Amino acid sequence: MNLNDLKLLSPEIFLSLSSLFLLVLSLSKVDAKKIINLSIISLIITILLVCNLWFGWLFEPSTKNSLLGSFTSDKFSLFFKLLILLASLITVFGSFQYFISERTKNYFGEFISLIFLSVVGMMLLVSSTELITIYVSLELSALPIIVLLSIHRSKLGIESGIKFFILSAFSSAILLYGFIYLYGLTGSTNLLLIQEYISKMSLTEGSTFIKYGLIVSIVLIIAGFSFKMAIVPWQMWIPDVYQGAPTPVAAFLSVASKSSAFAVIIRIFYTSFSNEDLMLDWSLIFAVLAAITMTLGNLFALNQKNIKRLLGYSTIAQAGYILIGLAAIPGTNSINFSGIQGSMYYLAGYLFTNMSIFIVITIIITRTKDETIDGLSGFIKISPVYSIILLVGLLSLIGMPPTVGFMSKVIIFGFAINSGYPWLALVGVVNSVLAAFYYLRIIRFIVFEEPPKDKLTQVHLLRNNRTILAGAICSILVLLLGIIPFILLEMSKKAINFI
Amino acid sequence: MFDGILSVTIFIPVISALIILFFFKNNNSIRYFANFTTGIVFLLSLMMFLNYDTEISGFQMIDYFEAWIPFEYLRSSYIVGIDGLSAPLVLLTGILGFVSTLASLKVEKRVKEYHIWLLVLISSVFGVFVSLDLLLFFIFFEFELIPMYMLISIWGSGRPKYSAMKFVLFTLFGGALMLVGILSIYMSTDVGTLIMVSIPELSLVGIPELIQYSDLLLPASFIFILFFIAFAIKLPSWPVHSWLPDAHTDAPTAVSVMLAGVLLKMAGYGLIRINIGFFQNTKGFTIHDVSIFISILAAISVVYGGIITVRQTDMKRLIAFSSISHMGFVMLGVSAIGTSSSNTSVAGINGAALQMFTHGTITGLAFLMVGYTYERTHTRHIPHLGGLWHKIPIIATFFFISGFASLGLPMLSGFVSEIMIFLSTFTIWPIATIVSAFGVVLAAGYILWMIQRIFFGVKPPDEIFSDEIYDQIEDVKKINLLPILLLTIPVFLVGIWPSFLTEIINLGVEGVIR
Repeated sequence: MNLNDLKLLSPEIFLSLSSLFLLVLSLSKVDAKKIINLSIISLIITILLVCNLWFGWLFEPSTKNSLLGSFTSDKFSLFFKLLILLASLITVFGSFQYFISERTKNYFGEFISLIFLSVVGMMLLVSSTELITIYVSLELSALPIIVLLSIHRSKLGIESGIKFFILSAFSSAILLYGFIYLYGLTGSTNLLLIQEYISKMSLTEGSTFIKYGLIVSIVLIIAGFSFKMAIVPWQMWIPDVYQGAPTPVAAFLSVASKSSAFAVIIRIFYTSFSNEDLMLDWSLIFAVLAAITMTLGNLFALNQKNIKRLLGYSTIAQAGYILIGLAAIPGTNSINFSGIQGSMYYLAGYLFTNMSIFIVITIIITRTKDETIDGLSGFIKISPVYSIILLVGLLSLIGMPPTVGFMSKVIIFGFAINSGYPWLALVGVVNSVLAAFYYLRIIRFIVFEEPPKDKLTQVHLLRNNRTILAGAICSILVLLLGIIPFILLEMSKKAINFI
Repeated sequence: MFDGILSVTIFIPVISALIILFFFKNNNSIRYFANFTTGIVFLLSLMMFLNYDTEISGFQMIDYFEAWIPFEYLRSSYIVGIDGLSAPLVLLTGILGFVSTLASLKVEKRVKEYHIWLLVLISSVFGVFVSLDLLLFFIFFEFELIPMYMLISIWGSGRPKYSAMKFVLFTLFGGALMLVGILSIYMSTDVGTLIMVSIPELSLVGIPELIQYSDLLLPASFIFILFFIAFAIKLPSWPVHSWLPDAHTDAPTAVSVMLAGVLLKMAGYGLIRINIGFFQNTKGFTIHDVSIFISILAAISVVYGGIITVRQTDMKRLIAFSSISHMGFVMLGVSAIGTSSSNTSVAGINGAALQMFTHGTITGLAFLMVGYTYERTHTRHIPHLGGLWHKIPIIATFFFISGFASLGLPMLSGFVSEIMIFLSTFTIWPIATIVSAFGVVLAAGYILWMIQRIFFGVKPPDEIFSDEIYDQIEDVKKINLLPILLLTIPVFLVGIWPSFLTEIINLGVEGVIR
């Protein structure tokens, strides 16, 4: 490991060190507030380090690859690192009230440190360009989450932890099987070398065996990652785990974990399997999965009473929309790999949308212990600020202009039509109407119903400046990115240069 | 190119909504401020209408900001402007926006939020009529749902939440299909723009030119249907009309006025601007092929709407159903595109465009009068009313005027637009026109019968219509005459001197027909 490697890995190294440091520090008698502030500062420093790699402020590494070509720090990975770090920053910053609450205050140190470790795993995951590194970092990102899920030792928490553990192990096994196939067929674990090998093979004649072998491996890899991406038919764990999980962990899972899985699957498919023949095959797989995922996610969400379960199903549906971007391979009249850009824009918008909803939900549930949608009745009278943050987030999930949710749907459906899947766009738009029904139902409870009397007494307890600040920033970004989508699109355009 | 006046008019209501949100607390000052805003917007829209230069024609008062979304896969620009087709609708929005805030003086529940949503609604309606970029048009078209959902749900009566949800889901569904249509036009290799019209002054070539005889990603007929469904839902046409009576009946008076007055016109405007404007010469499909189906749908809407209306016992629901029938005439006018003689087509579509304006004012007036009556009697159930004539003569008079205009009495505006539509479509679709003409007869039936039951005869006995309420009934105050007159003057003006509107409309329609 030379100096260049250190430069490239600087965010990961810093974050893992600070994770260990915070863990030790939390054992001492230092004030909880200070430790949480310290963790926020270390996250911000990590974000700055990532920005430094993007813009080259302090130092510029000489190459982008390191660790024998198994780790790359191109703009694509930096984009996703930023997303993951922002998600965890908002989670930690917005959940201050949660960390110092009676339930968590004894082990908030472990809580934060585990989140950091998982973030490190995800950051490595989006950077890795080699199958074994991918697998190892995937495990690193998943294992801390299992602990986090059951950290409260409640019945539901342990149930969700075990569910996550078993399914995660199962999906990893499937993924490994896919990797083994790939290795066996191509003789390499490096994504670029695999691509070279595949492009050398003539897939049209004489090697149908290899082609079918590759397709088996593709299917297995999709299956393995679908668990993380929350795609049908590997979506069953989502609502249960979300319901049992501590709310900040659910927020973190819904955005960060999903983004990293999408990043790595984009990288694998657009480097290794970027052969035109194969592309048509897996694009169709993605298209069909996308259609099924959003339809089922929305249908199941229609009748949910528990807000966390409902958001769980809604993340499934959203995963379906994001998947459209992956299916949208270059059409007849465009050259660039545009569809991914749509997915990246969607993910970034989804981050702020979902985070703004989750941090408000976190604080409500921490205070009222009521997870039903009815519990939000008349919330606009109890707390107008939180309600407006929630409303903006929900409207963005519906896809109402002028929010980012609208713009990302327009862009992603445009890509679907462009690459020859008008039926997918139709399924998508019909789904967005279906989704509007249950999001509007939440809005109905928040805005129209009368609040129950006893809740009014808790008004003053709900106010927390940090949460309001985090939520307000998210809401403003949701609106801003919807009105001026260009900044993000430009970023994502730079990011997809790796192809 | 930046004229500014249109953008100012669109965004004044939203900005003042924000001002109300942050700076106002007192209910009365909120009311005055909202009325002041809509008053200014009304004057601005009147000014724009009068300033529209009929000598030059084409698009005027254009605000063009090219690089709103300069993304290579979705190049959208901020472009607004009015032509002869949209100028009357802008004026109509100005009038009805002012009327709707004036009619909301009695609202006591959550006054602040109410006015904020109402102002946001007015802004988005303006946006629909003036945007010349498809994505911008779509954004305003969808955005209007949020304030409507809130307004109907919170301040409505009856089953407001159900009605609001139904309204939103119906419109969202149509909008969703329209989005696919928009994207598939844009993504087609030969098009690649979102600008809805060609503007020679800015050397902009719009979709209508580019789409001619070019290959589209989806069959042109399919894209046509996507747009058509969206607008048929909004119009509403049979068989997708069922959201309308619920939404109208349960909405508060001012919102009913806006809904019937201008929101339905978005659909008529879209039919003329997009369905007729785009699909005259596309590859393998023209609107002429399907105009017979449009005329059939229109005839069914007119007659079906009329027959259902006769059966209604709720005043507001009655007016609501009559809207289905009257918007059917708009569709009938649109079906006049199906002829080779462009003069006839232009005449029919002129009629449709005029019908939109007249229906806006007439039905606005009718809903306003129903609202005033309901405020006094506390019931809208027609059999429970009677003998109100000498208690509220002013309300009754204007109720009469709106009713007579609605059934097409000569010298009032309804007659002009209907006769224009019938004269042109009779040569093309005689049967559909003859059937639709019965809609006028039905209108005479339900309007006269309703007026007779409400205002004439004797007061029903005490147990049905309590004496106490009846004795307290007073006629409208002077301030209420302002919204009434704002709506009545156009009704008479168009009836007596239609050319001040038809001249302008004609310029716009000729631009669309080419």
